[in-house]
Amino acid sequence: MMDMIHIASILGAAFAVALGSLGPGLGEGRAVAAALDAIARQPESANTLSRTLFVGLAMIETMAIYCLVIALLLLFANPFA
Amino acid sequence: MTETPFAATPLFAIGPIHVTTPVVVTWAIMAALTLVGYLISRHLDVRNPSAVQTVAEVIVEVTSAQIGDIVRRDPRPFLPLVGTLFLFILAANWSAIVPGVEAPTAHLETDAALAGIVFAATIWFGVTMRGVGGYLKSFAEPNYVMAPLNFIGTVARTFSLMVRLFGNVVGGAFVISIILSLAGLLVPIPLMALDLLISAVQAYIFAILAAVFIGGALSGGPQTESQERTE
Repeated sequence: MMDMIHIASILGAAFAVALGSLGPGLGEGRAVAAALDAIARQPESANTLSRTLFVGLAMIETMAIYCLVIALLLLFANPFA
Repeated sequence: MTETPFAATPLFAIGPIHVTTPVVVTWAIMAALTLVGYLISRHLDVRNPSAVQTVAEVIVEVTSAQIGDIVRRDPRPFLPLVGTLFLFILAANWSAIVPGVEAPTAHLETDAALAGIVFAATIWFGVTMRGVGGYLKSFAEPNYVMAPLNFIGTVARTFSLMVRLFGNVVGGAFVISIILSLAGLLVPIPLMALDLLISAVQAYIFAILAAVFIGGALSGGPQTESQERTE
């Protein structure tokens, strides 16, 4: 019975990181593409754009980080195992 | 990093208080930063500044300009807090490259303390600049129905500030330790270089977000004349 919980936790951690990085990856790609487009059109506003881009990327990345933390919780602080 | 990142092993005990390794590293970094700051500020000279003084001035001025761009007013009240947050998190993240030292930000308590400082500072600056009523009223924008959601948002962004720093630092440390156990010595060096970059970006983002949150608590407050500065 304990083995099943361990297997399920490891699978859950792997799927959490795998699926959880999918969406933020796509989102960050779109954000960087839009920012590059904007910098190519208006190179003089690159300073403001890159700062806003960094903050936005951090926000998007937080979704993937949440999944990583869930995976770490499953592996190291599992409440059921 | 072999054991769980959610628990810190007590190093020694002062009476009933158990002192853990991250606390010792944190205090060492604080002492080092204070010492460096004291040594730099001891021989300041206007006429022929030394190289160290020039570097320090560049750091202060760039930080100040960045904060000013975000909060859109005089950055001087926020410079000590935000600048110290940036320098401390940068030093804490980079302390991981010292052999045998684990970054204190790879433990949830340190990040929780830093995010708590930002949370308290947001309330403090909001209350001092707008008054208690004015700050509380900022939760009821655009109308009173949104007040619970705004309150949840304020708590949730503090939580996400904590989890973001923790996840990035722990993720970097995990990748390095896994590659090290798979491939052996010298192989994780490129990843350590990448980790240095990510650590710097995370320190920058933490400071920028702290400035954004503080600026958000101030917005709509009384306009100061320094707001029209056009540097």
